[in-house]
Amino acid sequence: MFRFILRRLLQMVLAFFGTTLIVYALMFAGQTDPIQALAGERPVTAAQRAYLTEKYHLDQTGVGGFFYRYFDYVRSLLQGDLGQSLTGRQIGDILQQAWPVTVKLALIALAVAVVFGVTSGVIAGIRRAGIFDNSTLVLTLLVLGIPTIVLAPLAQYFLGVKWQLFPPTAGAEPSFYALLLPGIVLGSLSLATALRLTRTSVAENLRADYVRTARSKGLVKRRIVSVHVLRNSLIPVVTFLGVELGNLMSGAIITEGVFNIPGVGFNLFRGIRTEDGPLVVGFVSVLVVVYLISNLLVDVLYAVLDPRIRYE
Amino acid sequence: MSDFETVAATENQAARRGPSGEPGTPDKIGTSHKPRSLAGDAWRDLRRNPIFWISLALVTAVSLMAIAPGLFTSNDPQDCVLSRQNSGPSAGAIFGYDFQGCDTYARAVYGSRASLLVGALSALFTGIIALAVGLLAGYFGRWVDAVLSRLIDIVLGIPLLLAAIVLLKRIGSASPNARITAVIFVLAVLGWTTAARVVRSSVITAKEQDYVAAARMLGAGHGRIMLRHILPNALAPAIVVLTIALGSFIAAEATLSFLGIGLKAPTISWGQDIDTGRIHMRESATPLIVPSAFLALTVLAFIMLGDAIRDAFDPKLR
Amino acid sequence: MTDAVIQPTPASATPEGGHLLEVRDLHVEFRTNEGVARVINGVSYHLDAGETLAVLGESGSGKSVTAQAIMGILDSPPAHVRSGQILYQGRDLLALPEEQRRQVRGKEIAMIFQDALSALNPVFPVGWQIGETLRQREGMSRADARRRAIELMDLVKIPAAARRIGDYPHQFSGGMRQRVMIAMALALNPKVLIADEPTTALDVTVQAQIMDLLADLRRDLGMAMILITHDLGVVAGVADRIAVMYAGRIVEHADVRSLYRAPAHPYTKGLLESIPRLDVRGQELSTIKGLPPNLMAIPSGCPFHPRCPYVQKVCVDVVPHDLVLGDGRTSACHFAQEVRDDSAR
Repeated sequence: MFRFILRRLLQMVLAFFGTTLIVYALMFAGQTDPIQALAGERPVTAAQRAYLTEKYHLDQTGVGGFFYRYFDYVRSLLQGDLGQSLTGRQIGDILQQAWPVTVKLALIALAVAVVFGVTSGVIAGIRRAGIFDNSTLVLTLLVLGIPTIVLAPLAQYFLGVKWQLFPPTAGAEPSFYALLLPGIVLGSLSLATALRLTRTSVAENLRADYVRTARSKGLVKRRIVSVHVLRNSLIPVVTFLGVELGNLMSGAIITEGVFNIPGVGFNLFRGIRTEDGPLVVGFVSVLVVVYLISNLLVDVLYAVLDPRIRYE
Repeated sequence: MSDFETVAATENQAARRGPSGEPGTPDKIGTSHKPRSLAGDAWRDLRRNPIFWISLALVTAVSLMAIAPGLFTSNDPQDCVLSRQNSGPSAGAIFGYDFQGCDTYARAVYGSRASLLVGALSALFTGIIALAVGLLAGYFGRWVDAVLSRLIDIVLGIPLLLAAIVLLKRIGSASPNARITAVIFVLAVLGWTTAARVVRSSVITAKEQDYVAAARMLGAGHGRIMLRHILPNALAPAIVVLTIALGSFIAAEATLSFLGIGLKAPTISWGQDIDTGRIHMRESATPLIVPSAFLALTVLAFIMLGDAIRDAFDPKLR
Repeated sequence: MTDAVIQPTPASATPEGGHLLEVRDLHVEFRTNEGVARVINGVSYHLDAGETLAVLGESGSGKSVTAQAIMGILDSPPAHVRSGQILYQGRDLLALPEEQRRQVRGKEIAMIFQDALSALNPVFPVGWQIGETLRQREGMSRADARRRAIELMDLVKIPAAARRIGDYPHQFSGGMRQRVMIAMALALNPKVLIADEPTTALDVTVQAQIMDLLADLRRDLGMAMILITHDLGVVAGVADRIAVMYAGRIVEHADVRSLYRAPAHPYTKGLLESIPRLDVRGQELSTIKGLPPNLMAIPSGCPFHPRCPYVQKVCVDVVPHDLVLGDGRTSACHFAQEVRDDSAR
C-alpha cells in the first residue's frame, strides 16, 4: 500500500512538471510580444508592462531563458504566489474568495449524481432490459448529448425566468436555494455517466461466478445484491465520482458563468472575456494542480476499495 | 471539465482505472471473432433500431444543411437590420429576428457549416493520429507501447477545456479561417487519446490472429502486415469512437465559441449565437432556443448514431 | 457370458423413499434469442447417504446444469426447468417455494465450483466469506463465526489458518483457494456435497491432493458426494458409482468396477479407450470421432449415433431406452449387450 502510494506520488510529480510545462509553453513559447499576448487585444499601460516583465522575467530570452522563467513560475506557483491580475488585484486573493462557493456547488452537483445516478443505476442494472432500464438509457443519452452551453441557459430561461421556480441568477453570497438549479445542471452530466457506469457494473457483477457461490450458500437475494454485488460494482463508480469531484472543483466555467455564481469558474470565465492573461494563467495552473491531486486521491481510494490493487 | 467531455470521454476516463477493460470501455468493440457474421448481425440489429434511423436522418439533414444552406433558407444570415430587433416571424424568417435584427433561423442554418467543418476535420485528424499511435503501440508493443501509452496518459491527464483556453488565447485576433484552423488543431491535439486506446486494443487482438502469424511467416514486412491485415480490424471500432467524438467536437467548438475564444464573427457559429441569445433572453428567448436546439440535435445525432452502432457491434451488455 | 434380463424400464422405476437424493426425469432447456437448447433431456439418478456418485461427461453434456438444478441456482432466464422432480429426503425440491429452497442450500446440499478464483468474492477476506454463511444462516456472532471459520480452514488443511483468515482470495494459491471453497461449503455440515469439476483448474499434483482431501472429508463427515468431472482418471479411486452423461441424458450407469471392466455404451467405451494405459505396450490411442452434439438440433434416435462405431439403422430412428444389465447397471444403447461383451473380451 505504501509503495503503491509512493509510486503514484512520483508519477504525480512527473505529471505536475509535464502539465505545467505544457501550459506554460503554450502560453509563452515563441511569442513575439508575450506581454501583449497576455493582455490580448487591450492596451497595456507602461506600469503593467514593467510589472509583467519583472513578474515573468520576460527580459530573459532564448531556450535557457525560457526554462529559467518556467522554473521561476513553478516556484512562485508552489509558494502560492500567483501574482496580480491586470485589474491589479492579487490572483491568490481572488481565488481564495471564489473557492468556497465553487466547493459548495460541486458538492451539490455530486450529491445529485450520487442520489439519483447511483440509485437509478443499481435499479437499471438489476432490471436490465426492462422499461426502467430502457427509459433511463434514453434519458441519459439525451443528457450526455446535450452540451452544457445549451442546458444551462435553457434551464435558466425556463425554470428561472419563465416559470420562476428557481432564482435565475445567484449573485454574491448565494444561498443554497440559489445554487440548487446550477448544481442540478452541473450534476446532470455526472449523474448520467454515474448511472450508466453503475448499471453496466451491476449488470456485469450480477453474472459473476461469486454470485452463484453466494446463492449456493443460501443467502437471501437482498443480501447478495446489497453486499456482494454492490461492493464490487461500486468500485468503478466511486472512483469515477472521485475524478468527477476533482473536475467539478476545477471550476464549472460555463455553469458558473451563466448563473452568475462568483466562484472559480466564473472568475475564469470573466478572465477569458476581459482577456486578463495573468489571471487565466494563474487560475489554470492552480486548477491543473487540483486536478492532479484529485486524481492521486482517487488512485489511493481505488486501492483502498479493491484489495487486488492494494496488494499488487 | 464536465462541460466538455461527452459519453466516450468520461466513461472511458472512469473505466481506465479498472483492472483492464472495465465495463463500458469502448475497447471491447475490437474483439470480433467472426467478422462477416458479426457485421451481418450488427446490421440486422441496426435495421431494427429506431434510434439508428432517427440519428441517421438527423445527421444527413444537418450535413445537407452545411453543404447547401440555400436549400433550407433563402434569407441571408448576415443581413442584419437593427430596426427589426427581436421582432416576430415574417417573410421567410420563421423564427423571427434576433437582437442584432438578423434572421434567427437563417443564422442557425448557416451555423451548421462551421460546426460540421470543425467537427468533421477534428475527427479526421484525431482519427489519423489515433490510428498512427494505436497501430504503432499495439503492433510493436514493448518500449514503443510503453512510451506511447505514457504519452496517452499525459495527454488524457490534461484538462481539455483548460488547455484549449490557454492554447486559443494565444491566437488573439486572427482571420476567420485561422481561427477555424486553430480550433481544429486544439481539438485534434487534445482529443485523440480515447480513439488511440481503442485502436491499440483492437490491434493487439488482431495481432494474435493466426493469419497474421501466417503472413509474417510468408515474409510480409511490418508495413504490409499493419496496413493489409491489422488496420482493417481496427477501422470499424475506430469509426464508432470517432462518430461519437465528432459529436463531442461539435459541442466543444460551440463551448469555445460560447466562451469567446473559439470562432468569432463574421463566422457564424451556434456557440456564439447561444451566448448572445442568453444575454438577451429576457427580451426574446427565440434567438437562444433556436441555435440551442440545432446544436443539441446535431450533437445528439452523432452520439446516438455512434452509440447505436457500438451497441450493435457489442451486444454483450444489452 | 451374460444372463442379464434385458428389459426397457421407464426412467422413474426406482423404489420410492429409499434414496437421500433423487433426480427424476429432469428436463431443462435454455431459451435464447437464437432458439431453444435442450440441455437436459430426462436425467435420472440417485444418491444414497454416505456414497459418492461420479457424473462424467464432456462439457455441454449437462452434468453441471443438473447440479445447478439440484441446488436451485440455475440462471433463469435463460434456463427453464420443463419437467421432472428432484427429491431430497422424499421432498420435491422443485415444488418448494423459493424461501424453503434457500434453506436447503448450503445447509442440506452444498456445492463447490470449478474455478475458485472467480467463485470467491474478490473484495472480501476469505475468513469473512466462510463466516458469512454462519452469521447469516445460523445467526452466529462475529467472533464465533470467526473462530469456526478458523476451525474449518484447519479442517481443510490450510496451513496457519488463523493468520490467513484476513487474506483475500487472490493471495492464495489455486489449491489453497479450492480448500477455502471447500471449507465454505462445509460450514453448515451439509449432508450432500456437490463438487463441480473441483480440480479442473489445478496442477496435476494439486489435483490429487484435493481429491484425497475430498475423499477423506466425505468419509470423516459422513456426507454423500456428487463428483462432477470430465476426467475418468479422477473418478477411479474416489467414486462408488458412475453415471455417464451425453447430450443431456444418462447414457450409462454402473458401479465403478464393472464400468471400468466392461463399459456397456459405445460412448463410455470410447472414453475409456482414449485414456493411455500403462499396462499395454505400443497401443494406439483411439479418440471419439466427430463433435459433441449441437443442443439446438440434437440428432434423431440415439443422439450418439453420428459418432458411434456400432451405428445401425435403428439408432437413427429409435431413441434407445435404458437397458437394465443386472447389478444395477443400465445403458441407453440398442446394442448394450454387444458393446459390453465386446469390451469384456
